[in-house]
Amino acid sequence: MFIGFFYLLKLRGFGVSLTEWVSLLEGLLFGLHQSSLTGFYNLCRAVLVKSEADYDKFDRIFLEYFKDVPYEEELPEELLSWLDKPQEVLDAFRAFLQEAGYEQKDIEEILRMFEERLKEQTEEHNGGSYWIGTGGFSNFGHSGHSPQGIRVGGVSRYRRAFQVAGERRFRDFRSDNVLDTRQFQMAFRLLRQYSDQLPDQEPEFDVEGTIRATADNGGLLKVRYKKPRTNTVKLLMLMDSGGSMEYYSRLCSQLFQAAEGSNHFKELHIYYFHNCVYGNLYTDPRLSWSGRVPTEWVFKNFGPEYKLILVGDALMDMYELKGSGYGYYYDKNDKSGWQQLKRLRRQFEHSVWLNPESPPVKGGYWGQSYYHIAEIFPMYPLSLDGLRDAMHALLVQK
Amino acid sequence: MQNFRSTQNYVASAELIGAVNIAMALEKPLLIKGEPGTGKTMLAQAVADALDRRLIIWNIKSTTKAQDGLYVYDVVQRLYDSQFGGKAVDNIEQYIKLGKLGEAFSAEDPVILLIDEIDKADLEFPNDLLWELDKMEFYIPETGRTVKAKQRPVVIITSNAEKELPGAFLRRCIFYYIEFPDQQQMEQILKVHFDKLEDKLLQQSMEAFYYLRSMDGIEKKPSTSELVDWVRALQLSGIAPSRIRKEIPFAGVLLKKDKDIETMKRRMR
Repeated sequence: MFIGFFYLLKLRGFGVSLTEWVSLLEGLLFGLHQSSLTGFYNLCRAVLVKSEADYDKFDRIFLEYFKDVPYEEELPEELLSWLDKPQEVLDAFRAFLQEAGYEQKDIEEILRMFEERLKEQTEEHNGGSYWIGTGGFSNFGHSGHSPQGIRVGGVSRYRRAFQVAGERRFRDFRSDNVLDTRQFQMAFRLLRQYSDQLPDQEPEFDVEGTIRATADNGGLLKVRYKKPRTNTVKLLMLMDSGGSMEYYSRLCSQLFQAAEGSNHFKELHIYYFHNCVYGNLYTDPRLSWSGRVPTEWVFKNFGPEYKLILVGDALMDMYELKGSGYGYYYDKNDKSGWQQLKRLRRQFEHSVWLNPESPPVKGGYWGQSYYHIAEIFPMYPLSLDGLRDAMHALLVQK
Repeated sequence: MQNFRSTQNYVASAELIGAVNIAMALEKPLLIKGEPGTGKTMLAQAVADALDRRLIIWNIKSTTKAQDGLYVYDVVQRLYDSQFGGKAVDNIEQYIKLGKLGEAFSAEDPVILLIDEIDKADLEFPNDLLWELDKMEFYIPETGRTVKAKQRPVVIITSNAEKELPGAFLRRCIFYYIEFPDQQQMEQILKVHFDKLEDKLLQQSMEAFYYLRSMDGIEKKPSTSELVDWVRALQLSGIAPSRIRKEIPFAGVLLKKDKDIETMKRRMR
């Protein structure tokens, strides 16, 4: 039946697990869709979508799939009559599981549980109130009809699925939108590798353990120690500042604040550069001469255990990237920016490049440097999704 | 099966009521997210009132462990009793204290269990509860007892999105995001809170409120509870309604950060 919807969701990169799909079928068999397209939409969304950031994506796919359905409140006739025959639903479900590559005995197990739940539900509700087409009262709070007086807010009850989906009210929550500090911070928190095996950690007094051991010991004191679990991640961040990056200064300062605010790193060092990494790095974003630090010093002092994040638009003239001796102001430079980047990549096995700019047209003059740099560093967009992906990439041991 | 309809003093959207009913029918926890002040916690109370069931609240803090919700074995009390109490301590059962989840499972009548602000705890916390919430049971190794839900509780979980929740946990939940109420809904909410409200005052204060919320650079946007306090203050002070939108008196009730008040003053000049 509407298994095509499942595949369309998958195709559009919207992960739906089997558990969720089973829940949806259950919900349909229980008549939770209220025989209306809006009810169907609400049921699908409640079961399949797990973040407000995905509401918009879901809305778009829903519209795409059901666009041929006549613009009416009724669910398509075939879907309705299909749902009235649970056996057919189960058969279709079995076929779906087979197609999904499940083993026969797993399928039987899943179906058995499914049928059990179904039976349970029908027995519980033999008043029929849960089944569509029985003329029973609706389980949903029909505004105004209930003795307790539901107060349904707003006009939403008049809205139809297409209107709701079509409005795309949740556009702002899309996680490929650029987001605020707090959400950046959440992404940074992904960057954790806990350990209690560090050599320089002092063991600390384990209160719980001691109480337990002492009590088990008949009250004779038995002291317990444990090593604290701490995050072992050390982070080095190099940020492009000035020039074409001016446009993104607010975004970058949010990223900076988020990194600074995430006090769970073992170490965090931030340096700035202009355009590309040349002979010097700078400790403040205004790149003042007095705050310069030779790039060599950074190479010597930060070992491969650091994780490296570069932030920049990676857009520059090719001579700025590859020309040797080119540098920012009085930067003495015997290596080109290109060479420095390659060295960084060699030294820091875990490194990513975050880019606030969307990829330029390939083959264009201005965009050349972007693709050159993307050859060295895995490039991620500076959005919530991009940052998350980047953090995951930083954690994976290659 | 009973269904959640709504109560006299809680205003819910039809979609939200639908989500509650879906979660109850599918016997899955309902995960509620939304801006602060959209009534996430209130929802559980409203559901409990509507179904006339007891509400058990488990407030999550940053130090809360999954174990705390199940049970605590009071070894110290047992030791104390063994040495000074003269009480028989062979029965370990008397030193097992059930947590909120345990309490909900062992209740005779079906209850509503609210797990409030689950995102405050460690990232692993939700995963540690997967089995218990799925099977509605847990095992106490000290006594060899299995605590199994007599009546499946309705589980409502709220989150402020301070932390990402694990995928395995999310897959088992029904999810609903409460949007910030629009002006029409907000008027209804205010009418629930106030018996008498002058039209002019209502209209002016709503305008000022949504104007403030839309203002660029306000870090902590005022929410429903602040609006209710503010309207009460306005009512008591007897300020002429025509001045409200223009001057925004008692702005400190709406905006809690000094910086935001300054931003507002700058914008209003």
